[in-house]
Amino acid sequence: MSAVAAPGAPLVTISDLRIELADTGHDVVGEITVEVRAGEILGLVGESGSGMTTVGMALLGHVRRGGQVAGGTIEVAGRSLTALDARTLRGLRGAVVAYIPQDPATALNPALRIREQLEEVLDAHAPQRDAGARRRRVHEVLEEVALPADDAFLRRYPHQLSGGQQQRVSIAMAFIGRPRLIVCDEPTTGLDVTTQARVLRTVRELCRSHDVAALYVTHDLAVVAELADRVAVLYAGRIVEYGTRDELFTAPRHPYTRRLLRAVPDIAGRRAIVGIPGYAALPGSRPDGCAFHPRCDLASDECRAASPRASEVGPGHEVRCHHWADDRSGPAADAPGRARRQRVGEDVVLLAHDLDAFYGSAQALHGVRFEIRHDECLAVVGESGSGKTTLARCVAGLHRQWSGELRFGGERLAEVARRRSQAERQGIQYVFQNPYASLNPRRTVGQTIARQLQLFFPGPRRAIAQRVAECLEGVALSPRAARRFPDELSGGERQRVAIARALAARPRLLVCDEITSALDVSVQAAIIELLGELRAGTGLSLLFVTHELPIIRTIADRVVVMNEGRIVEQAPVEEIFSAPTAAYTRELLANTPSIEAALAQGTAWRP
Amino acid sequence: MSAAAVHGGEGSAVAAQADEGHQWLAVVARAARLRRAQIGAAIVGLIALVALAGPLVAPHTPTEFVGAPNAGPSGTAVFGTDALGRDVLSRFLSGGRTVLWISAAATLLGVAAGTTVGLVAAYARGWLDELLMRLNDVMLAFPQIIFVLLAISVVGPKLWLIVLTVGATHAPRVARVMRGAAQQIVGRDFVDAAEAVGERRWRIVFGELLPNVTSTLLVELGLRMTYSIGLVAAVSFLGFGLQPPAADWGLMINENRLSITIQPWGVMLPVAVIGLLTIGVNLMTDGIARAAIGIDREVSA
Repeated sequence: MSAVAAPGAPLVTISDLRIELADTGHDVVGEITVEVRAGEILGLVGESGSGMTTVGMALLGHVRRGGQVAGGTIEVAGRSLTALDARTLRGLRGAVVAYIPQDPATALNPALRIREQLEEVLDAHAPQRDAGARRRRVHEVLEEVALPADDAFLRRYPHQLSGGQQQRVSIAMAFIGRPRLIVCDEPTTGLDVTTQARVLRTVRELCRSHDVAALYVTHDLAVVAELADRVAVLYAGRIVEYGTRDELFTAPRHPYTRRLLRAVPDIAGRRAIVGIPGYAALPGSRPDGCAFHPRCDLASDECRAASPRASEVGPGHEVRCHHWADDRSGPAADAPGRARRQRVGEDVVLLAHDLDAFYGSAQALHGVRFEIRHDECLAVVGESGSGKTTLARCVAGLHRQWSGELRFGGERLAEVARRRSQAERQGIQYVFQNPYASLNPRRTVGQTIARQLQLFFPGPRRAIAQRVAECLEGVALSPRAARRFPDELSGGERQRVAIARALAARPRLLVCDEITSALDVSVQAAIIELLGELRAGTGLSLLFVTHELPIIRTIADRVVVMNEGRIVEQAPVEEIFSAPTAAYTRELLANTPSIEAALAQGTAWRP
Repeated sequence: MSAAAVHGGEGSAVAAQADEGHQWLAVVARAARLRRAQIGAAIVGLIALVALAGPLVAPHTPTEFVGAPNAGPSGTAVFGTDALGRDVLSRFLSGGRTVLWISAAATLLGVAAGTTVGLVAAYARGWLDELLMRLNDVMLAFPQIIFVLLAISVVGPKLWLIVLTVGATHAPRVARVMRGAAQQIVGRDFVDAAEAVGERRWRIVFGELLPNVTSTLLVELGLRMTYSIGLVAAVSFLGFGLQPPAADWGLMINENRLSITIQPWGVMLPVAVIGLLTIGVNLMTDGIARAAIGIDREVSA
């Protein structure tokens, strides 16, 4: 075992680090100062473009192409990474600092067997090891990550493993060289909650038992709440708040942290989620002064003029805000949960009866039955492969191979949209998961929406242009957005356009297929809020497909839980959370990270 | 609360890519900044000018006898005379129009037909895709020149037939490329979105797919133009294009090839200009291709 550092002495010290784009000199991150002690997990949280991966990479002594370290120091285990040459750095990687990538499917070499992948790391750092010791180390590390250590497994190729197994192989690769520090770059992003829970547990236990420090980069606050000892919140390349996990989640001081916490849905608490208007600016287009001021309620002239310095607000708790002392709102402002919807209408808008769907000879849906009433939001929840998206596509008429019955307003629907009536196509509208793919990049936003209007409500050009503007205003976009191409909009804005297009048809049923999964939490919350506002008083029914349990709490009336193409549970939303009956639902709930549950447990998993 | 305040659609995340909207305009604009494309455009422009304005400035008519056959350069005939004693320069200046317009027409025809077939195949998938592509393969089995000559030997040397057959032989080649380009697009959600609202099929092909493959289309246009020029000149050379005594670059090469050792200009001028034209079009095409995949500008982080 490696020598344990003196208690309290930081293993990793980053001070005043600044990384900028080499060609323009715009900073990607700046004034980064953090410490991590051995055995401690530092969570680095931020939204896309905040620079969190850049910081993580810097700990590996790596700066992405086009960037350069422009100032500050990084010390790991007493060695300054910024001063080392490429050769020495290579020796350090894997041996002292190791990395767990976001996507193991692309990080593992598809042409090498698992044994070769693992031994490669050992060979790079300890080539003198004899074969027996090498084999023992491989077996040992596989056991640590709860993978079988037998020869049959070691002979496999990465594609023969599941996503969770692949990720555990890459964790094993990170730990096999007994590093002092592990950098984790969103290692659970692509995984289902059950697998995610297992991977998180593995990382946590390994760090504790081997006294390894970890920097855990993620956008998921709930994961951080479950895993980290201390948390740094990154916004626009600055650490805006830095403190212990409990401090940060119970007494956040920076307006961004507070707003972020209000934007996160949680399975353990019933409260409305509130989005943050706007989006984080990318390097090069960040505003002067405090980068958060355009989105901040507390913004003053001071914020617009000067970037705030870090102020110590408590032991080990730092905040970078001019107005941290103006305590206005709590983290989970006791916004009462969405006013309970009075009552759902009586008439059934959509009825599914014994729905079976196929991909070739593989069956994706097995006898699915449900109904959606007027003014009701039915959430369909499940992990990848559960058939939830297939179900949504059947409803929208985008999947050909299905049998059984779908009735829309009592009328039986044809398989594909093209064979349905104009009224049916108008009445069921679909919003896609990825707003980057669902809008034609060669059409302006205005043209896209105008086409939808022409299809369903033909009229003179003038009147249509007027209605396009109304549609955009309906989703809180400026009518000027009509002249924009999708590339010119942020992800959240694009998703608003996609919603505007769907609603332009004045549907009775809106099918939403994971519509927030490509968006940052603050933007996700704003979209969910928007959907709520748009539905109010219109009687619009929603089929809301998602893999995230927390989010349905704020939007759904009833929930269908799916697993392997079957409905395992169907209940009002409250009952799913308070009294789940199916074992599968209970497992899902148990594995879903939750800020409130993690805080309630205190530091239970500290040794 | 509402997000209206900030979501003005202004100052958006990636405004720098604003020109991506009109893909082909943006690509042409970027290509125009490349040296190779500039040189190519200059060459093509110059040759087109020669071909169009040449007959107006030629010192003699192309069919008039101005001296002894195969005479060297002199005051009356700057580049000498051809095998029948006509002025080489005048015949050269008058002989370009046909090559150019036939090549251009054949290219447009071939690319239009090929693009339609390619996009329809990519969109239809299934049996229609299979059928169109196998028919394509049959066409591809014929070398282009053989197919053209075969048609001419049946119908006779007609200019419209050259346009038609050269275009027809381009079509399957273009179709393959356009199908490949469109296959990347048909799987995208916006095509499904159009499908779900019952958009008509031809509108999906030409309204959703076509605007997303315009840079490939531009490259194909350029590439097929170079092949057209070569083919049309070859057909002329073989005597199936314009008939004597009309002036034509391809024909000139044939007429004067036997006397190339005595009076090289009658062959050299048309050969050089056809070669240059091909190089010019190729440089332009290459510039467009580079602009389309973005290697014309520095990759930034």
